[in-house]
Amino acid sequence: MSNPSMQDPSFLRGLTQPRLGRRDAFRVAGLSAAGLALAACGVKGKGVARPTTSAQAQSEVEKYWADKVKNGHVDFANWPLYMDPKQPELKKFTKQTGITVTYKEVIQETPSWFAKIQPQLAAGQSIDYDLMVVTNSIQLTQLIKLGYLVPLDHSKMPNFTKNVGERYKNEAFDPGNVYTVPWASGMTGIAYNPKYIDTPPTSYAALWDPKYKGKVGMMSDSQEIANFAMFLLGIDPEKSTPADWDKAAAKLREQRDSGIVRKYYDQSYIDPLAKGDIWLCQAWSGDVFQKNLSDGTDLKFVIPEEGATIWTDNFMIPKTAANPVDAITLIDFFYEPVNAASLAEYINYVPPVPTAKEFILADAAKASGDDKKTLEMIAESPLVFPSPEVYSKLRTYRTLADATEQKQFESTFQPITTS
Amino acid sequence: MSRVRAALTPYALIFPGGVWLAIFFVVPTVVMLSLSLQSGNVADGFVFTWNWQSYVDGLTNYHDQIIRSLVYGLAATVIQIIIGFPVAYWIAFKGGRHKSIYLFLLLLPFLVSFVLRTISWQFLLSDNGMLLGPLKNIGLLPDDFRILATPYAVIGGLAYNFLPFMVLPMYVALERIDPRVLEAANDLYAGKFQTFLRVVLPLSLPGVFAGVLMTFVPASSDYVNASVLGGTSTTMIGNVIQNQYLVTQDYPTASALSFTLMALLLLGIFAYAKALGTEDVLEVAAR
Repeated sequence: MSNPSMQDPSFLRGLTQPRLGRRDAFRVAGLSAAGLALAACGVKGKGVARPTTSAQAQSEVEKYWADKVKNGHVDFANWPLYMDPKQPELKKFTKQTGITVTYKEVIQETPSWFAKIQPQLAAGQSIDYDLMVVTNSIQLTQLIKLGYLVPLDHSKMPNFTKNVGERYKNEAFDPGNVYTVPWASGMTGIAYNPKYIDTPPTSYAALWDPKYKGKVGMMSDSQEIANFAMFLLGIDPEKSTPADWDKAAAKLREQRDSGIVRKYYDQSYIDPLAKGDIWLCQAWSGDVFQKNLSDGTDLKFVIPEEGATIWTDNFMIPKTAANPVDAITLIDFFYEPVNAASLAEYINYVPPVPTAKEFILADAAKASGDDKKTLEMIAESPLVFPSPEVYSKLRTYRTLADATEQKQFESTFQPITTS
Repeated sequence: MSRVRAALTPYALIFPGGVWLAIFFVVPTVVMLSLSLQSGNVADGFVFTWNWQSYVDGLTNYHDQIIRSLVYGLAATVIQIIIGFPVAYWIAFKGGRHKSIYLFLLLLPFLVSFVLRTISWQFLLSDNGMLLGPLKNIGLLPDDFRILATPYAVIGGLAYNFLPFMVLPMYVALERIDPRVLEAANDLYAGKFQTFLRVVLPLSLPGVFAGVLMTFVPASSDYVNASVLGGTSTTMIGNVIQNQYLVTQDYPTASALSFTLMALLLLGIFAYAKALGTEDVLEVAAR
């Protein structure tokens, strides 16, 4: 070694390794501070456990309702085409109880409604509504799981206890009606405009028929499109497996890629159907009747021979509601059979009160002419009061148990509509 | 004392705007960057884990929509330049004393809500509506012809909705051209066409650049036009982000996609500035 300094280990280290100067130290500190800032932005989980025993449930009910009083007003959020625009039931309610109701048809689709209210509910802020109607769905399960809903005090709902139909007491998404009670049920089937379609569709295959290319409307809701494809493939959606979902998704992609689907809609499908932009589409059973009643259109609705899904739209009170007592009073009001009947006469959806049928028939007996015929038709309609045979063909939505399953389901079907 | 005050004045002037930007731009951007690197779900919460996978997932699942958004944005921008430049030119040089009226007319649609304007196109362009219905009846168009639910409707909507943002900066650039420069061109034996090509056009380019900046960026990230006027396979990245954030509630993927889009748009803008030979992008945009 000619140069002894080369052997000095510290000199070697100095040559081969970068030295940390003061400036670098600041830089590293700054970077780690930025890292900390990033890490500090984590979003806390909001999950709460469902009460497991009835005593626990009862104590939660008592804890919530103990200090709540009647305020004389209720803000009610609902879907379009879900009540006579003249709101006769609400007027009657105000007359009976002195509680005024602000009724707004602001819900167009379950996921987007959930997205709208979720941040406020997470922050414990009011969503400006005391009462809302949400379909059994991934989002409804989440509302319950996240603790956003008020546990309902059944002692404040005598009419509900007395009149609700047996099949609504133990629905998979909320057994025992702890947080929700039904507003109405309906089926998802096929609606068509007879001005453009001569032979009424009887099977889901019609929505895959190339002769309606560009004139078919599907829904943007993942569960709705999934169910249709599964019925077509002979799969029971209620008991479907992830392998079935893949098959259904392939069928839906085929339908989309061959140009048959014009567009994926929320509840806005009804106007294009009436205008003729689409000729047939996925639809909810009552919408078509109301559109016909209110705008004089002549649209038709069929339950395909393969069967159909039945869903339930449910009353619920958000945790941040300002007027829960007034809201629960209004809920119970709709469980008086005469009120349930008057609602069903207009909206043509399945009332959760089976005895409403007698009141509709009684109204029909009093009426005359066309009104009489319409009311009799409603009372006998399998879409409003399904017979046991019809019920046997109806399936409910697949309940998605946990976050992993939900994610798998969504990632299978959502890319189809956002192509 | 007055020297101290003079030294503080610039800070005092920047303070309100600075605080505004810090609260409503810097903080959300940091939060979004953080979210894009987290993993979890809404019910159980999100935890920061340097989860770069969201970027990979976003790009593999939605590269089609990203490319489509840039293409639609670009197409809308080109249409706007073609339509907008003559308008700006005409108002600037031939507008005379009614210039302000023409500018007001240009801005008039802005008095109607953006969404409503787009929905009105839905009525106008409906398959059997007031525009296509008569044309189909007299046999000029085949029965299954449609504009709604096609890419053309979406690009048309984008071009229409952002047009004033393109015309105004071009108008400002053109209006500022000194008439003496044009006279000088004339004196030097440049014909009308040569004057336009060698004098007016180069002088208007900063305006065009500002216009592109103000229309290409919002048009590429728009989601209203695609959801109102589009059909299948016209989904833009804005719709995907909205869906990921609000419907699926996959905040990390939504944030990662937002950042990817932001990066791509910035890259595009700088590449364009470079191609134009502009040294300082921001300065040009501000002019």
